[in-house]
Amino acid sequence: MPILMDADRIGRTLTRIAHEILERNRGVDELALVGIRTRGVTIAKRLAAAILEINHHEVPTGALDITMYRDDLMRHAVGPQPLIRKTEIPFSIDDKRILLVDDVLYTGRTIRAALDALIDFGRPRAIQLVVLVDRGHRELPIKADYVGKNVPTSPSQSVQVHLTEIDGRDEVEIRES
Amino acid sequence: MKRLLKGGRVVDPANGRDGVFDVLVDGDRIARVGRDLPVEDGVAVIEIPGGLVVCPGLIDMHVHLREPGQEHKETVATGTAAAVAGGFTAVACMPNTAPVNDHAGVTEYILKKAAEANLARVYPIGAVSRGQQGEQLADIAELKRAGCVAVTDDGRPVATALLMRRALEYTSMFDMPVIEHCEEQTLKGDGVAHEGFQASALGLRGIPGQAESIMALRDIALAELTGGAVHIAHMSARQTLDAVRWGKSRGARVTCEVTPHHFVLTDEMLAGPVAYDTNVKMNPPLRETADRDAMLAGLKDGSVDVIATDHAPHHYDEKQVEFDRAPFGITGLETAVSLCFDRLVHAGVLSLSRLVELLSVNPARLLRLPGGSLSEGAPADISILAPDLPVTVDAAAMKSKSKNTPFGGWTLRGGVAATMVGGRVVYANDRIEMG
Amino acid sequence: MRKDLLSIGDLTRDDIYLILDTADAMREVGERTIKKVPTLRGKTVVNLFYEPSTRTRTSFEIAEKRLSADTLNVAVAVSSVQKGETLVDTALNIEAMAPDMIVIRHSSSGAGHLLSRVCKSRIINAGDGMHEHPTQALLDAFTIRGHKKRIEGLKIAIVGDLLHSRVLRSNILLLTALGADVWVCGPATLVPPGIARLGVHVTTSVDEAVADADVVMMLRIQHERMQGAFFPSVREYFQTFGMTRERLARARPDVIIMHPGPMNRGVEIASDVADGPYSVILEQVANGVAVRMAVLYLLAGGPEAD
Repeated sequence: MPILMDADRIGRTLTRIAHEILERNRGVDELALVGIRTRGVTIAKRLAAAILEINHHEVPTGALDITMYRDDLMRHAVGPQPLIRKTEIPFSIDDKRILLVDDVLYTGRTIRAALDALIDFGRPRAIQLVVLVDRGHRELPIKADYVGKNVPTSPSQSVQVHLTEIDGRDEVEIRES
Repeated sequence: MKRLLKGGRVVDPANGRDGVFDVLVDGDRIARVGRDLPVEDGVAVIEIPGGLVVCPGLIDMHVHLREPGQEHKETVATGTAAAVAGGFTAVACMPNTAPVNDHAGVTEYILKKAAEANLARVYPIGAVSRGQQGEQLADIAELKRAGCVAVTDDGRPVATALLMRRALEYTSMFDMPVIEHCEEQTLKGDGVAHEGFQASALGLRGIPGQAESIMALRDIALAELTGGAVHIAHMSARQTLDAVRWGKSRGARVTCEVTPHHFVLTDEMLAGPVAYDTNVKMNPPLRETADRDAMLAGLKDGSVDVIATDHAPHHYDEKQVEFDRAPFGITGLETAVSLCFDRLVHAGVLSLSRLVELLSVNPARLLRLPGGSLSEGAPADISILAPDLPVTVDAAAMKSKSKNTPFGGWTLRGGVAATMVGGRVVYANDRIEMG
Repeated sequence: MRKDLLSIGDLTRDDIYLILDTADAMREVGERTIKKVPTLRGKTVVNLFYEPSTRTRTSFEIAEKRLSADTLNVAVAVSSVQKGETLVDTALNIEAMAPDMIVIRHSSSGAGHLLSRVCKSRIINAGDGMHEHPTQALLDAFTIRGHKKRIEGLKIAIVGDLLHSRVLRSNILLLTALGADVWVCGPATLVPPGIARLGVHVTTSVDEAVADADVVMMLRIQHERMQGAFFPSVREYFQTFGMTRERLARARPDVIIMHPGPMNRGVEIASDVADGPYSVILEQVANGVAVRMAVLYLLAGGPEAD
């Protein structure tokens, strides 16, 4: 199982992204991070920590569960419902520049659902997309603004992101399904 | 027309017989019973296959034929067809028709319909009180003359102790029993199931066993007072059985009957396999295991006199409603014999001889009917039963107009081979070859 | 989870926890400005209420609308029943409009079971006669868990007309499944025979039931019960079984008071208790929406693959 990114690489990539965010966004005050559950939240928190270190500014961070907005929910005839986790966005998103964070960008449907959810929460000034890995094969016109690593894949493969806070180690691996 | 039923196992407790005998039928009478009877000219021989039982015709003394007035549920014709398919040569039918059988006109109507159907014999039971309203006695002497063999207000108890006393005194003149549906009405209230854990868990209003036994005790005391005869219908509670034993020990003229569903099922059926199945709703209700087991013990030790079905057909639409709203009752004519064989004889609870007493000898005796034995000169009412026939209960195939039975799909061991009334074969099971 | 929710008895412990955890997530939707998610968009839910109900029906309706479902309210007027249309016929007629779910409240125990046999739609029991009220018990458990962080090991007293209460039966099944120590209390005339078999302590003494209780749940007393000679008068009922400040003092200091509603003030519960600091009665109502959203969401998916 080939390792795409090891712990060191992940760390440096996230630091690089944090710098990019600060570079492209004048006015840190308007920024807010919203991670898509589950691993997007971890990455968002790490980015908040990185920005804090660089800029000494605390960017508000929230967690978004998009299960209820999925477009494939009621189409399954078999199987139990996917588990819903809590959405926690303890700040108003009105007029903010939201940095939407996810671990892997693939078909784009998750992001589409996340956009629908965010718009129900308020009216942000802008939404930018941060992903650790972009593996291609978009089914919707969605583009990431900040990408950790572009990885060409085939549909038979899957990209697994492991993060210490959840999985005990930092690693991105690619597997044959 | 002479027929010789050859080689069957004849079970005739009234004459002390249980063995392989031949039975010669001449016209509508039994001519002779003996071993290896000679075959004369002009006698049609019917070879009874091995393992089959030949016994006096079974008599169901508690059947609702629903005619006149409720022909959508059953008619005399369909009810008697169900009876003979169930191995019964005679039924006694209940008076809670519309109009009530409280005068000769209705009795004669029922008998006319029975004659037209020409299947099982029908012995009407008349009402105790006019309209079964519990106020005035019905014209019981007239009912007797018209052909009634007993009286009852079944569906309800006789309304007051005074009226029950009068009924017992009056009927004793005609040598008829009062058949009683024992139920203390205020305790029953709007109950729909046996008062116990099952009803509590399912949220159904309960009817305690004592609602039945309190009334039985009343009636037994009155039977003692008057010297009249009371027959307790569809007994279900162990407290009632205790009362019957007490009454009998004191010499009161009390007898009782139990239905197959009360010695087979319990209130656990309310919870499953079909929760709130209205085909499990009847009055008196299915009770706890202790009550069911008490009924079995009573059948075994002789405290119980009769098995009767309380065949209560109801139309599908009437039963396809919420449990509370469904009418009480299930059919029974076409499942009785199989249940008796499977759960009593094969289960080792009763001998075949005792079963025939419960289903034929005793009902005939209690209602003073010709029948209950294969004596020479007796009417040729004969049931030919197949104790080992595997039967799967199929409600859709039943002759009864109504299909409200909880036994659908049950596999039982024992069934009916043929039924003969007055020397005529009125039912023959096409699964069994008989020469 | 099965196709229908008819009884708490049909749920495993895992099912119960799944519903409570999902309700947690659903509660957050009610805290947003736009209280809506598209989850049940395009699904049709029929609320078939044969008994009048403000609380439960409104709760279900709000839950359905928050999930973007289309709701149909069929309030069966007494006259329809008098015209003779059977429950089965009404349900089959509604089925012809292809609903995905039918929420039924009916005065006969087992009404939901009958519909479940006859209809293809998923059936949610919103209260059937004296039998069960599953979503009420779920929201009660959700409320308790919100305050006490757990259900296991709590002493929970349920006081009132036990015999006729569907809320009681559902709560007994759910709370015992989650390991609570359940005490039920009411006049001897209103104790269902054999109820101890469900794993509860039974007492006719309120003091015994309430002693050191973590949760006290009061059940409604209906005035009609005086007709059935269940108790002599409302006055005597309140004196013997009513929840007052004095009685409540025997419970633990952090006790919570619950009531499924609607309350009879001065009959089963004194006003100062109902409105007092220990009461979570209004919270129960708020939680009802979240819990019902969870149930609707979880039942709307396909049947569980066996």
